[in-house]
Amino acid sequence: MAMLEVRNLNVFFGVIQAIRDVSFDVNQGEVVALIGANGAGKTTTLHTVTGLLTAASGTITLDGKDITKTPAHKIVSMGMAHVPEGRRVFSSLSVYDNLKMGAYTRKDKKEIRQSLDMVFEAFPRLQERRNQVAGTLSGGEQQMLAMGRALMSKPRILLMDEPSMGLSPLYVTEIFDIIERIKKEGTTVLLVEQNANKALAVADRAYVLETGSVSMSGDAKALMSDERVRKAYLGA
Amino acid sequence: MKFLSQLISGISLGSIYSLIALGYTMVYGIAKMLNFAHGDVIMIGAFVVYTACVTGGLSPVLGVLLAIVACTILGVVIERLAYKPLRSAASLAVLITAIGVSYFLQNMALLVFGSDTKQFSSVVSLEPVVLADGNLTITGETIVTIVVSLIIMVALYLFVNRSKPGKAMLAVSEDKGAAQLMGINVNGMIALTFAIGSALAAIAGALLCSAYPALSPYTGAMPGIKAFVAAVFGGIGSIPGAMVGGILLGIIENLSKGYISSQLSDAIVFAVLILVLLIRPTGIMGKKINEKV
Repeated sequence: MAMLEVRNLNVFFGVIQAIRDVSFDVNQGEVVALIGANGAGKTTTLHTVTGLLTAASGTITLDGKDITKTPAHKIVSMGMAHVPEGRRVFSSLSVYDNLKMGAYTRKDKKEIRQSLDMVFEAFPRLQERRNQVAGTLSGGEQQMLAMGRALMSKPRILLMDEPSMGLSPLYVTEIFDIIERIKKEGTTVLLVEQNANKALAVADRAYVLETGSVSMSGDAKALMSDERVRKAYLGA
Repeated sequence: MKFLSQLISGISLGSIYSLIALGYTMVYGIAKMLNFAHGDVIMIGAFVVYTACVTGGLSPVLGVLLAIVACTILGVVIERLAYKPLRSAASLAVLITAIGVSYFLQNMALLVFGSDTKQFSSVVSLEPVVLADGNLTITGETIVTIVVSLIIMVALYLFVNRSKPGKAMLAVSEDKGAAQLMGINVNGMIALTFAIGSALAAIAGALLCSAYPALSPYTGAMPGIKAFVAAVFGGIGSIPGAMVGGILLGIIENLSKGYISSQLSDAIVFAVLILVLLIRPTGIMGKKINEKV
């Protein structure tokens, strides 16, 4: 049994079908990439998995438990955190308060403290700016904050939506280094990316979404050398 | 001396506006809606105090506590029954619903308490303070209103900026989706906001009717509108803005009454609002919405 199982997911925006019969698995300890062009339904898929959108049909299970109808605010305490597209940090709160919000559902003060130390160790820049209002951070720093905030819930599975979007190449490298590190620490990752090169390099397996359906899937390295993937997504 | 006396009673009236404006601004900040029934919650609060103290003979403190409890429940029930089903509806539908709730509350009060104006008895038993050889008299109501409002505003400020639920409220007001991903129950936070706003309305109702002791089902309408003006004046959505906006509005209203014309005072208040909005469309302390893409 996979950690996260999505089966025959269908999602509509009004009459428009955004997601059509999408199925995929994420196994414990894996990094799985969801790649595809703009508008292919990657973000919609993640939003449906974490309950921000409601599926018309299909099932989503986490650790064998059906979470298809679970409200978004109950997902994080089940061990799944979501770094949303566009970072969406709380810009009027300080860096520190943003991180504390990430641990909103956790009670044990000592454990929260440990997570905070861990996040500050992974992102030293956040520690330097801990009292700064999040809205004044640069895009790359906000992305780190969004990732740090999600890690504060001590997730077993982390969903990341376009973490490299709009960042300078230096930050992109740094963000992917962190994803490698999160993987090494044993956290399962579902990564949505337009930067297919980077995503496939870090992933174990990948699914290609095309206009709302899964068009290809398989081993990330194999997909990387697949002619169709290379043509469509890797600019080769 | 006249100026000082007008100023002090302006601050007192203004603190009541602030208490009401806080309800408007907090609800707007978190639910992005204008709760036009908020003024009528004040009236219900005052009627609870009236019924408990004048009819029922309870002590003023007990009466006010009862009103706080009653209004808190009323606010949460209004939100649950009238606004929650419209969470994803067009904002015009929500606005019309709020006006409907306002008429509903007024007519309920008409039905239960009748249309005649009741003589409210003050919940304050503090003696007036006479200063400057009898030239300056400050009533007990004025003193209590200012002190109580000040304590509430400080407490609210600390609650929102220091406590975990307060910060969660800020997070929800900024980004509901991201707040849910943190595990924050957005509906719960909206209910909490309505509860706090309505509790403040109950206190404002008791203080308002103690200073101006005429109570009818329409008592809440005008202070409600003025507090809304105060909230916009200060920058809707901003808690310090509502505090400052309310007090400034009270001062402007009282000074206009004292020095220009008591008939024109409301017109002057609204004219000042128009001026402020022309110069600063976001209000005195309102934030410009800067979205980083």
